[in-house]
Amino acid sequence: MDYRSLGLKIGLEIHQELETKHKLFCRCPPRLFKGDPEYTFKRRLRPSQSELGEVDPAALFEFIHGKTIVYEANRETSCLVEMDEEPPGPLDEEALDTCLIFALMTGSRPVDEIQVMRKIVVDGSNTTGFQRTCVVSIGGSIEAGGRTYGLEQICLEEDAARKVDEDDETIRYRIDRLGIPLIEVSTTPELHSPKEAEEVALAIGRLLRATGRVRRGLGTIRQDLNISIEGGAQIEIKGLQELELISKVVEYEAQRQLSLLSIASELRNRGLSPSDLKEEFFDLTDLFASMNSPTIREALTGGRRVMALRLPGFGGLLTRELCPNLTLGKEMADRARAWGEAKMILHIEEFSRGDLSDEELSSILSKTMTTDRDALFIVIDEEERCRRSLQALLVRAREAILGVPSETRAPNPDGTTRYTRPRPGAARMYPETDIFPIPITPERIERLKAALPETPQAKLRRLMEDYHLNEKLARQVIDSVYSEFFEELAKETRASPTVIAVILTETMKSLEREGVRVGGVKEEALRSLFKLLGEGELTKEAIPEILRWISANPEASPEQALEALGLKPISGDELRLLVKKQVEENMEMVARMGERAFGPLMGIVMSRVRGRAKPEDVQLLLKETLKSLSS
Amino acid sequence: MDEALQGYRGRVREALENAGVKVGDLVRIHGGSETYEGILMPRIETADDTYIVLKLRSGYNIGIALEDSMSIERLRRAERPQFRPPPIPETKPNLPRVSIISTGGTIASRVDYTTGGVRAAISSRDLLSIIPELSDIAVIDADILFSIFSENMEPSHWSEMARRAAQKIRDGAEGVIITHGTDTMGYSSAALSFALQGLPVPVIFVGSQRSSDRPSSDAATNLIGSVKAAIEAPFAEVVLAMHESTSDDSVAFHRGTKVRKCHTSSRYAFRSINSQPLARLKDGRLEMLTDDYRRRGVDELVIRDRFEQRVALIKFYPGFDPGILEWLADRGYKGVVLEGTGLGHVGSKCYPPIKRLIDEGAVVCMTSQCLWGRVNMRVYSTGRELLRMGVEPLGDMLPETAMVKLMWALGQGEGRGEALRLMRMNIAGEYSERTLYEKGET
Repeated sequence: MDYRSLGLKIGLEIHQELETKHKLFCRCPPRLFKGDPEYTFKRRLRPSQSELGEVDPAALFEFIHGKTIVYEANRETSCLVEMDEEPPGPLDEEALDTCLIFALMTGSRPVDEIQVMRKIVVDGSNTTGFQRTCVVSIGGSIEAGGRTYGLEQICLEEDAARKVDEDDETIRYRIDRLGIPLIEVSTTPELHSPKEAEEVALAIGRLLRATGRVRRGLGTIRQDLNISIEGGAQIEIKGLQELELISKVVEYEAQRQLSLLSIASELRNRGLSPSDLKEEFFDLTDLFASMNSPTIREALTGGRRVMALRLPGFGGLLTRELCPNLTLGKEMADRARAWGEAKMILHIEEFSRGDLSDEELSSILSKTMTTDRDALFIVIDEEERCRRSLQALLVRAREAILGVPSETRAPNPDGTTRYTRPRPGAARMYPETDIFPIPITPERIERLKAALPETPQAKLRRLMEDYHLNEKLARQVIDSVYSEFFEELAKETRASPTVIAVILTETMKSLEREGVRVGGVKEEALRSLFKLLGEGELTKEAIPEILRWISANPEASPEQALEALGLKPISGDELRLLVKKQVEENMEMVARMGERAFGPLMGIVMSRVRGRAKPEDVQLLLKETLKSLSS
Repeated sequence: MDEALQGYRGRVREALENAGVKVGDLVRIHGGSETYEGILMPRIETADDTYIVLKLRSGYNIGIALEDSMSIERLRRAERPQFRPPPIPETKPNLPRVSIISTGGTIASRVDYTTGGVRAAISSRDLLSIIPELSDIAVIDADILFSIFSENMEPSHWSEMARRAAQKIRDGAEGVIITHGTDTMGYSSAALSFALQGLPVPVIFVGSQRSSDRPSSDAATNLIGSVKAAIEAPFAEVVLAMHESTSDDSVAFHRGTKVRKCHTSSRYAFRSINSQPLARLKDGRLEMLTDDYRRRGVDELVIRDRFEQRVALIKFYPGFDPGILEWLADRGYKGVVLEGTGLGHVGSKCYPPIKRLIDEGAVVCMTSQCLWGRVNMRVYSTGRELLRMGVEPLGDMLPETAMVKLMWALGQGEGRGEALRLMRMNIAGEYSERTLYEKGET
């Protein structure tokens, strides 16, 4: 795809949790808790009305669901501030310093005085109904792939509560994460290809880690993407956690917008305008109740209704693919589910032969006056939900005639995205009056400037010099989440830095590709693993297997892994015996091949020791044994 | 201060004035290599004279330190926001009538997203557009009596509140709701408990601990609960309605004389002390928690709305200067409520001025700074000594309620003897007969 000619524009927002002693607006530790909560409480949020009498569209969307929010908490990780029972304390100075350090590293201009704002978010993820956020610096730039890209601004904000569960009536959140400081780095919307987006995201993550003051591990970094193409609309894709998915998400989104534009022009060519679609719903409950299909009859239990919306002129379009794994029909159903929460939303082309007989199908079509030129959506649930879902479908169908609706979307694991809510209006940010403005003094800037962390370029040189890593490996270390940890290990243990680097980058990556959840392996476990390696208590060949085992048993230590896997290294005498035995068992081969038997024998012995001995040692012993035979 | 440059002082104000810009204007500030564009925001009261606050296009505000070399330019005049009132829910004329009297605080309000300013809903129309649920429960008649912070409430305001509530009752309201800032709401609820006698319907004080411009405000829950209780509750007393816990599912109705603000910021700040709430509204259902209450009825409403202001509430503490009591005597105070230690004690240095106050005709009463439990001045010699002097023990009455009651009792203008008689009578549930075991806060 020629992204330039499509007018593809991408802006990135990278959110990274900061490593601080305290949360952003209280003195709680920035930690999560496991197990059952000590207490819970229930809340409801209502959108506040602006002076203009308006309610934010995103806020209204969340409010109409009218769900009760249950918050889970414990006393170790949260206080009355997170519960919205006490005004916030002063902004955490350590977190602010980290943002300023990053600003100085990217040439972003710190503001003279910070003003904390409230950004309305009423999905329950913030107990207050807003997120506290502030601009720390403006502008700046970052290097990636040999080019320089502009930064829009750097913000400091509080992380939200984490959602643990949702059903029809309630949403559950845990408030331990609420208030953990986040840095938000936004680029200007001048990235023009999926590759650029990925490279820039990688570069920002690398530089954030270079501060040495950010949290590591799963879920501590999240990417939002703003994507548009010429004639399309600005789409905000929020909460991407895997860097590797960025280019695919961008690619699919560009395709999706392009397809929606072509569908829109086709609909207009068919002579359709939004006002042609009428709010006229058919109730097909009786018709469906008399059908033979057990699936359908089961769907109708509990007083559920079947309601339908005919979309004149939409014939054949619902099965049209927007991007891989996403059709227009699915896209519309996603929207309807988000607004109406109906359990079953289908269009007529999705009913299988087995579900409907020809007569049944034709009676549905005739009852709804649907012809080949039309499409028909069928929704099954309680009446209220059916109505809300059909209304959402109608709105979405009208938008399909106009082009690409501006939305907030969430990424799926396959790189496609789904509708989450309308984009918030501009008027959702207002001053946080409970926190005084914070001046940023020249003295503070000077103090931070004097002790800036080393840049990734300088670090690259240093890793190559100090630890004798080759350039490729040094780059991999810098890009990995373990870049500081690598140095800790290289200093603390006697394991070879190159081996540590290979395991932390290449081995981990390949295990991840196998589907092993290496992200769950604790740093403590890795630390003692390398300690054992350095002390010769295990061989590097055994490490992939140990990591696999620890991933499945995250609470266990490497010693326990060795025990469980039978990977304790073989003693010198034992190894000598083993080599001797293998040679003796293969005397015929030795006689036949002479010195060339070394290769095959090496393979045989190594498969027996399964990582319990160093290949160098085996090699040496084997050579000795062969030599003693020939002499 | 001039609204046009709200909060700006000194040289920054001067520079803004010279540039002819006002709050709300789109401005450009240029200096050196930097240029900022945004809407000029007001400045908070405590601020210095260094920074200009701009709202950037992204919606964020930033502060810019003004330097002499900077130029300020107006790009566009402020646009007056056009208020488009949202649709008002249909009123259902057959529903019972409830009056809402607003005295301050912002139980229902709109936020100006530009400045962050909060404006209270003024009319019934406004109120219904913000909390439309009310129109399904009652026909609301809302009006504003004052717009003051509750720390600025005076006894004269209690009198006005009592008269306005009485008028609404006579006009046929099924219940009266008074919205009030929370800091002194307990004092006002006590005052009206004494000032309004023979109540035929409930009078419900209600407030919020999170202001109503915030999505998480407790205001709507408390107000909706109060309107429901104004119609459905079987009691005809002055009560105070606030969150029972941190959750939004339960509103407690505390007796006006037994309630106290016990937390600076939480939703569950109000507690009934030495008694329990009369009722709770949970998940939309009203549940009575006691049988000991005044029923709705046809009694003749009597207003006794005069309060004597020369009454003091004095907390005793180690090192207390008895000269404070002498000063009260010098100033002709008619009543003193002592907040003594433990069972009702003050240091012996206080005996002479207390004796003097009583000899000169003042009423001196004793409450306890322990809050929980009742005073008993017969156990220790200090108590017995104070009793002998004529200090009046007030059982388990809250110190603040005692002070309000003494103002009211003396306000009847019938002298010390009548005031003492009233102080001893249980007029509005300010005394409980029995002290019950209470489990500690969980």
